[in-house]
Amino acid sequence: MRNNKSGPHCLCGPFCIMMTDNIIINIEDLGFDYASDDGEIAALTGVSLSLARGSFTAVIGRNGSGKSTLAKNINALLVPTRGQVTVGGFDTQDEDRIWEIRRMAGMVFQNPDNQLVSAVVEDDVAFGPENLGLPREEIRARVRSSLESVDMYDQRKMAPHLLSGGQKQRIAIAGVVAMRPDVIIFDEPTAMLDPEGRGEVLDIAKRLHAEGITVLLITHFMEETVDADRLVIMDRGRVAMDGAPGEIFTRTEELRALGLRLPFAVDLAEGLRARGVPIPEGLLHEEELAEVLTCLNQK
Amino acid sequence: MIRDITIGQYYPGYSSVHKLDTRLKILMVLAYMAAIFVASDFVGYVIVLIGLLCVVGVSKVPGRFILRGLKPIFIIIAFTFVLNLFMTKGDVFVTLGPLQVTSQGVYTACYMALRIIFLIIGASMLTFTTKPVKLTDGIESLLKPFVRFGMPAHELAMMMTIALRFIPTLLEETDKIMKAQQARGADFETGNIFRRAKALIPIFIPLIVGAFRMAGDLAMAMEARCYRGGEGRTKMHEFRFGLRDAKAIVWFAVWFGLIVCERIFDLQSMLVAWLS
Repeated sequence: MRNNKSGPHCLCGPFCIMMTDNIIINIEDLGFDYASDDGEIAALTGVSLSLARGSFTAVIGRNGSGKSTLAKNINALLVPTRGQVTVGGFDTQDEDRIWEIRRMAGMVFQNPDNQLVSAVVEDDVAFGPENLGLPREEIRARVRSSLESVDMYDQRKMAPHLLSGGQKQRIAIAGVVAMRPDVIIFDEPTAMLDPEGRGEVLDIAKRLHAEGITVLLITHFMEETVDADRLVIMDRGRVAMDGAPGEIFTRTEELRALGLRLPFAVDLAEGLRARGVPIPEGLLHEEELAEVLTCLNQK
Repeated sequence: MIRDITIGQYYPGYSSVHKLDTRLKILMVLAYMAAIFVASDFVGYVIVLIGLLCVVGVSKVPGRFILRGLKPIFIIIAFTFVLNLFMTKGDVFVTLGPLQVTSQGVYTACYMALRIIFLIIGASMLTFTTKPVKLTDGIESLLKPFVRFGMPAHELAMMMTIALRFIPTLLEETDKIMKAQQARGADFETGNIFRRAKALIPIFIPLIVGAFRMAGDLAMAMEARCYRGGEGRTKMHEFRFGLRDAKAIVWFAVWFGLIVCERIFDLQSMLVAWLS
């Protein structure tokens, strides 16, 4: 089942991942145990992943599959029990580098309410740069550009509790962007949002990726993974599948065994194909499928 | 009822008072409070009142808004007034059954009530014209010299910032929990005070548990954004001491000087002597 050593390594955009300079995050044989009343519980076992600079990777898995633990290991909120995680060449166990690692690998969390610090939007975005000890003018410039990059500059004087969930999450993203990270880890950023907010947050993630930021999107919505260059499926603390989304979606039986369902468009296309409707392979988006179906209808 | 409490609220505006350096405002309020205790007679109070009215006028905070702020402390004022009225010994003015009202009593009662009113209005002028976030920054900045004596200035300011940020969130959470409990048949409105207090337990416990969860999440999010205490931290907002602040100091000093002179030279007696 484990497939992390082959295939996907050449699907990573303009630069081939084989050039090690271009690896921003390297995870090797990572194991992580949680302490609980019944002793140690392994949340991750033998996870190995390399993320190329500028890539867009989606991680999906059921609850308790270890995907959130994986995210926290990347920006040194948790440190490995076994194995090693490096970010930009720095080991997360190196205490002297911890702040540099956290700046490089920014993190957006699930709950939009519990990650904003200040009662004023622009002050919250300034929180990260202030922690970095940047000069005042630089902080102002960064707050402005990051708020503009998430389309929230007009709301800069507002109080976060007056904003929608999607807007709050965009503020949280701006707060991370203001630290000029190399990677942004989105830890289920849409789980508590309505469909509109989900769309907003995903659009921003894609936009940041287009601007050159490496994106790691952790989610439990299959539909959110279709635009990624690479899809990693976690199951019981291990990497169960790893490859391009288009390729993974063809392995329906394996997915079903892992308790995951296909994205709506892929599922529908497959069902129609099984009934003899001529639908080409590799359709991932609902819009594409709709177009194909309209064409078929006109024939 | 809660909407009536205007003490501690911010009244948005762009007046000179709003724009004044927060640190200066805090210090001036402290000096103002001292001045109220320096002023000891009628003329002194007139000077205090004139100063206060000038600040209110410049700030453009409506008088109605300010007076509404006095409502919650009305009981305290009334209590002080009544107590002083009947308890002060001196020349009997009126006798009401077993109680005696002395002329000194009337004087002290009015005097104390006015003192409380001046104190409250003066302190409210600070919060009316200063955003809470700026207030915390100002307090942090003023406490900075005491850091070397072990005063956790940055930590205090950060705690206040977070508290301000989470008040609305916790209110929302309370509302949600109350509705959830009501949906399951909880009753918060009937019964005596003990029953009603007991009915609040199923609200407070989830609220406290939720607050701890929030605190854990927030701490993690702060760490992820490289927060490591006040050391090596810079601030986006800077306090700039400008011409406006210098002018404010001059006016304030004149006013403060008047009150002190009045007290030392007893201008009131001189005025009375001159008039008669």
